[in-house]
Amino acid sequence: MSAVETTTTTTVAAVHAAGVGKIFNAGSRKQVDAVVDVSLTIQSGEFVSLIGPSGCGKSTLLRLFADLIEPTSGTLLVNGKPARQARLDQDYGMAFQQAGLFEWRNVTKNIELPLEIRGWDSAKRKARATEMLDLVKLSDFAGHMPWQLSGGMQQRVAIARALAAHPPLLLMDEPFGALDEMTREHMQAELLSICAATSTTVVFVTHSIPEAVYLSDRVVVMTPRPGRITSVIDVGLGTKRDDDTREATEFYTKITEVREALRGAEVGHAARGIEDR
Amino acid sequence: MILGYLRRNAMNIVIPVAFGAALVLGWEWFVNWRDIKPYLLPTPSSIWRQGDRRFDNIWAAARVSGENAFVGLLLGIVAGCLGAMLANRFRVLSELLTPIAAAISSIPIVVAVVVLTKMFGATNQIPRRLMTMIIVFFVVFVNVERGLRQSDPTQVELMRSYAASGRQVMRKVRLPNALPFLFTAIKIAAPLAVTTAFVSEYFGGKQDGLGYKISTAIKGNTPALGWAYVAAACVLGLVFFAVANLLELVAVPWQRKRVTR
Repeated sequence: MSAVETTTTTTVAAVHAAGVGKIFNAGSRKQVDAVVDVSLTIQSGEFVSLIGPSGCGKSTLLRLFADLIEPTSGTLLVNGKPARQARLDQDYGMAFQQAGLFEWRNVTKNIELPLEIRGWDSAKRKARATEMLDLVKLSDFAGHMPWQLSGGMQQRVAIARALAAHPPLLLMDEPFGALDEMTREHMQAELLSICAATSTTVVFVTHSIPEAVYLSDRVVVMTPRPGRITSVIDVGLGTKRDDDTREATEFYTKITEVREALRGAEVGHAARGIEDR
Repeated sequence: MILGYLRRNAMNIVIPVAFGAALVLGWEWFVNWRDIKPYLLPTPSSIWRQGDRRFDNIWAAARVSGENAFVGLLLGIVAGCLGAMLANRFRVLSELLTPIAAAISSIPIVVAVVVLTKMFGATNQIPRRLMTMIIVFFVVFVNVERGLRQSDPTQVELMRSYAASGRQVMRKVRLPNALPFLFTAIKIAAPLAVTTAFVSEYFGGKQDGLGYKISTAIKGNTPALGWAYVAAACVLGLVFFAVANLLELVAVPWQRKRVTR
């Protein structure tokens, strides 16, 4: 434990949460304790998944990291700064279940959007968009409009857009949730290679156990009412993961471990909303 | 490209044209057969003759009404968009503006035109244009205000994650999202602007415009000429509607992709 601490003091943690809580409608009858007492440190370069049934606060926690909502208690540092400052500095990119592409902008213009907000000039934006399109293998679709792309391609554009400014941190909220199984596995592999190429830290919300295990260095298991972390599982499938990984015994061992953690956490609750696929 | 379009849509063109021709022929035949008096229903051929002979007058009247409708439409669109943007920016304004807009637009044109003519005089086109603007304003205001509120939540959250300013969110998310609503409003408002311009001419003001000419020709003893003016009014309304549709196709091409049969 102390060895880990000495190595991490040299670099700033990507996310550091201490006693973070979020209560909606505090004091009213509709009060919801969405997130309670979350303490979690995510090192830079790590891939961490948040998993749990619907209503366990995993999306809320991600939105807290992104400063889309503010915590009601605790301290939250992103890239060593208060979450709000990290957002203002555009220290992270974000992708949602809906690709959320802007229909009136073509693929390139969509990827350029965060750079536009940052005030980059058009030549620099264009160069970066081309680079990102190459990264997500969509160079042939630079001029296409969003409605001309398949769901998987739209999601790739959304990822390219999230990474366009080369943020050190990528926050993803069930980005592959709406894709079919084949596309999904393909996208997972692509995401890993993109993250390896750009050494981006990822926080990934999902309700698919195999997805969490395949992608992550660590899987954070959460439970609902109130939303809290019940266990953190080290996966350690190694840096090189491919289709063989999905057949490996360790893969299944870890899936079982996560599932049991979820069940253990679910005493008194039915494990709703969790996919075994 | 146009030729290809015509070939692909040949049936869509031939059928309505044939139907219209049959209707006109049937009308001509029916009036002659039953010997209907011209002041009740003139024949299409007599209307055509009148239209041909008095084309210059009809053209002049159509230009007056068309200009009134166009200016009123433009002013109404601009005012409606500005009002909607203000209402979106300041919640209080929305609650103030919406009932006022609804109240004004529910005043009958008959009444409003008379009042406006008293205010601005009967020797200019201002009352008619203002009347048209008021009608158009309401349609545009209600639709665009709604469109600005119905932005894609993912897009709005993304903009927040980029630390975008309120103005950037308005320009890059809310306005483009409201565009389909604006063009729906324009499609409704364009023919409405033309009708409002005609109706305004009935109730005082200068003695020109298609509306005024229709009423005097019908009241006088030239029914066929009156109908020729009516035909011009129809054409004018159709032109406005067609242009509004064309604008929508050009301005919000992604909207067409969302339409399902």
